[in-house]
Amino acid sequence: MASATVVSRPLPTLTEGWSAEKDFKPVASVTASTKRTIEPIGPHFLAHARRARHKRTFSEDDRIEAQNAAKKIEKDEDSDESEAEDPMMLQREAKDWKSQDHYQVLGLSKYRWKATEDQIKRAHRKKVLKHHPDKKAASGATEDDNFFKCIQKATDVLLDPVKRRQFDSVDEKADVEPPSKKEATKDFYKKWGRVFKSESRFSRVQPVPQLGNDESTKEDVDTFYNFWYNFDSWRSFEYLDEDVPDDNENRDQKRHMERKNTNSRKKKKAEDNTRLRKLVDDCLAGDERIKRFKQEANAAKNKKKFEKEAAEKKAKEDARLKKEAEEKAAKEAEEKAKTEREANKKAKEAAKNAVKKNKRVLKGSVKDANYFASGGDASAAQIDAVLGDVEIVQGKIDPDEIAALAGKLNGLKVADEIKGVWSEEVKRLVGAGKLKDGDCKSLA
Amino acid sequence: MAENKGVAPDERTVIGLSFGNSYSSIACTVDDAAVVIANEDGDRQIPTILSYVDGEEYTGGQAKAFLIRNPKNTVVSFRDFLGQDFKSIDPTHCHAAAHAQDVDGGVSFTIQDKAEGEPSTVSVSEISTRYIRRLVQSASDYIGKKVTSAVLTVPTNFNDKQKDALVKAARDADLEVLQLVNEPVAAVLAYDARPEAKVEDKTIVVADLGGTRSDVAVVASRGGLYTILATAHDYEFAGAHLDKVLMDHFAKEFMKKNKDVDPRENARSLAKLKAESEAAKKALSIGTNASFSVESLAEGIDFQSTVNRLRYEMIARKVFEGINRLVEGVVKQAGLDVLDIDEVIMTGGTSHTPRIAANFRSIFPETTVVQAPSTSSTSINPSELLSRGAALQASLIQEYETEDIDQSTHAAVTTVPHVTNAIGVITLSEAGEEAFTPIIAPETALPARRTVHVEAPKEGGDVLIKVVEGNTHIKVTKPEPKPKENGAKDEDEDDSDFDSEEDEEEEHREKIWKIGTALAEASVRGTKKGSKVEVTVQVAADLAVTITTREVGGKGGVRGNLKAP
Repeated sequence: MASATVVSRPLPTLTEGWSAEKDFKPVASVTASTKRTIEPIGPHFLAHARRARHKRTFSEDDRIEAQNAAKKIEKDEDSDESEAEDPMMLQREAKDWKSQDHYQVLGLSKYRWKATEDQIKRAHRKKVLKHHPDKKAASGATEDDNFFKCIQKATDVLLDPVKRRQFDSVDEKADVEPPSKKEATKDFYKKWGRVFKSESRFSRVQPVPQLGNDESTKEDVDTFYNFWYNFDSWRSFEYLDEDVPDDNENRDQKRHMERKNTNSRKKKKAEDNTRLRKLVDDCLAGDERIKRFKQEANAAKNKKKFEKEAAEKKAKEDARLKKEAEEKAAKEAEEKAKTEREANKKAKEAAKNAVKKNKRVLKGSVKDANYFASGGDASAAQIDAVLGDVEIVQGKIDPDEIAALAGKLNGLKVADEIKGVWSEEVKRLVGAGKLKDGDCKSLA
Repeated sequence: MAENKGVAPDERTVIGLSFGNSYSSIACTVDDAAVVIANEDGDRQIPTILSYVDGEEYTGGQAKAFLIRNPKNTVVSFRDFLGQDFKSIDPTHCHAAAHAQDVDGGVSFTIQDKAEGEPSTVSVSEISTRYIRRLVQSASDYIGKKVTSAVLTVPTNFNDKQKDALVKAARDADLEVLQLVNEPVAAVLAYDARPEAKVEDKTIVVADLGGTRSDVAVVASRGGLYTILATAHDYEFAGAHLDKVLMDHFAKEFMKKNKDVDPRENARSLAKLKAESEAAKKALSIGTNASFSVESLAEGIDFQSTVNRLRYEMIARKVFEGINRLVEGVVKQAGLDVLDIDEVIMTGGTSHTPRIAANFRSIFPETTVVQAPSTSSTSINPSELLSRGAALQASLIQEYETEDIDQSTHAAVTTVPHVTNAIGVITLSEAGEEAFTPIIAPETALPARRTVHVEAPKEGGDVLIKVVEGNTHIKVTKPEPKPKENGAKDEDEDDSDFDSEEDEEEEHREKIWKIGTALAEASVRGTKKGSKVEVTVQVAADLAVTITTREVGGKGGVRGNLKAP
């Protein structure tokens, strides 16, 4: 954008007498603009978006971008040797090669286990060119080939896949520290993700399922944790073995050392497994997704449970209500029956009493009529016959008729009238066939 | 745009995907150059067709072949149905294949996609997902890594619902959509990303002539920023209509020999006729003759015929003229004249047709570059432009977080004021008259900064720099040739080249810059002989202007500000 287009037409010469403050004379402003949408595409739009978002002016943006570009070029030129060499490292003794960081020696600290064979070869070549003892000797320095030997050893280890694995196994500088609980509350997935990415390098099974993010499905998360709880690691700890003495020394001593080494490897391996397990435990404990899945599962389960309970409760309630209703009905029926019974009893008693009373009236009536004896006291036989007949009549008719009869007789004092009533009654009974003609002669 | 947070920027493998209604194409970038990927059949233009035979899924060219034998289980032209209600779709192009059906207001197809059992009803979203999955598979096979993300192209008239449906279909196919870009600008980007391309201020007509639709857009390209000024869409003049013309032609030829047998009346004959007509049309884009031969076209009768390009162009004239009108209309709609157009980019399969390019050639002035295979040897294959543009965009943004992309494509960033009038300086023409030399072209997005180097007077001395607004108008002169004002070399090549034009009998039209309001005056004193003066005009988003002038190579200079209106 900074490049200028060239116009071949000349500018006019300044007219005589033109003058302005600082040779600049503003006249008017730009008249009009329209709002339009530019298409978010292409490198120039990226520049525009960058300027707009960082609120940079053209010249600022040019400067910053130029700086960035310059930095990049520098990196590209000696990208393999961008690492500064630690003066302490250059002083290393070659015989301490076990404790040296091979990647650092070759200037591959930032790649570590990710460094490709090609990168290692190129790094080695570069270092050799720089640190070859002959070169140092030529420039008059003392003939010190210690660091050169370090370089050779580092290359030896890193270019041998078996040895490299052994070194990578114990290369703590490639580890990513797991975040603390507090740290993990923010950026949980990013921070733990890095840890697991770094741990993935030990897996025999590749690719390794990664932590994922908030939107991972339950299956993914389950797969992830299952994988990491059953992690198949190639990590081994031979590299940390203590030196086994040469053959010509004590054989027992040698065997002892070997046993010791084996045990120590086993122990370290076990420790590493525990470490990893704890790591996964910690991650799992802080994983919101697990909680969420649990909650969701619980919610689903609870819902079912609630539904079931509610159904049971309802059934119980229904049963209770039904039972109650039944009981109530039974009670009511019983009470009703009782009252009915009592009423019946009362009625019966009343009827009985009425019958008794009526019977008394009947008997009383004949007595009033002086047992139908004409004049004077009635003879005992007469009384007996009359009373006997009354009894017979009473026995033949039902309480209602007794009552009716009693009603008729009640209040009658005259013997003839009473007799008339009785004889009528007897006649009626005879007519009804309840009495035989000739029965109850005393009353007829 | 892409809510899918699944893929981290450093784990992305990106492609550009042009999912068309008739054909699709996929591209990736290799060393910053776009490469179009061929699918397993070797096709770079993959027919957007999905077919099922005995539960086996076919796409692309293989599926297209099944249009003859198995049309009921073959789905075509489904891209435009995405996100649409059944009542608003045009099912014409599906007539000879699986028919679109109304399911809950949406669009579905009933196809036998399993070896056994009942045919299933598959929504257009699912069909698209299956198709995109196959495209992604082809791309993954080519690249050797699983493709995770893509930039997709969409027509400018896709609404938000259609875009959402497309993004969803892609996501269901396990493809992260980094961005959706408009088809015309993807085509422009494909041209502008060529190493030899310079960043210029130019106005471009993008004619996207496809199989079932033609879309034309006027794009203002200003310092690499693109603004669409006008668009037009047409469904009547497209590749399918050219096929139709040829089908009718050959059907008539056939009927001349075989009375009472119309191959258009039998579905299978019609499909054969269509397939071969399309092939003949493509052959005519390359050669001047095409043969047409179908075994057992209708009722077991073989048919063989040829057609030459002249004949084809004659019978297809109606379609060609329709496309011309479409292009002319959209230029007018943008408030421009054909003289304002610096470049015509032809994209889409139908753009291969030489006649259409030739027509454009004659519509636009000679200075306009027409980018089509038949008019320009440096043009890019029109069928590949969109996917190339998308792939370039994908490689540009693949390192950004999804959020960054969303924020950068947000309307707050993309909607900016554009200057209405050009801003320039007054220079002297050969005749000594004042003439306008544009520095900032009209419709330039703000903020903008442009620098020009203008010659100082031959003898040097003090010069006046008068910054003015300017406007164009079209001057029509009757036959008499008139010495033309010397146009500025950079912006308006079209008028500077007019003097080379032959004197024609017909009226002569030219674009003239008219000097508008004066904005500022400044002076540069004591310029040397033959030196140049650098003028930088910077317009802020609020229309405040900063003008800096100095002699090229000189120190100091004059700097002044114009307040925002």
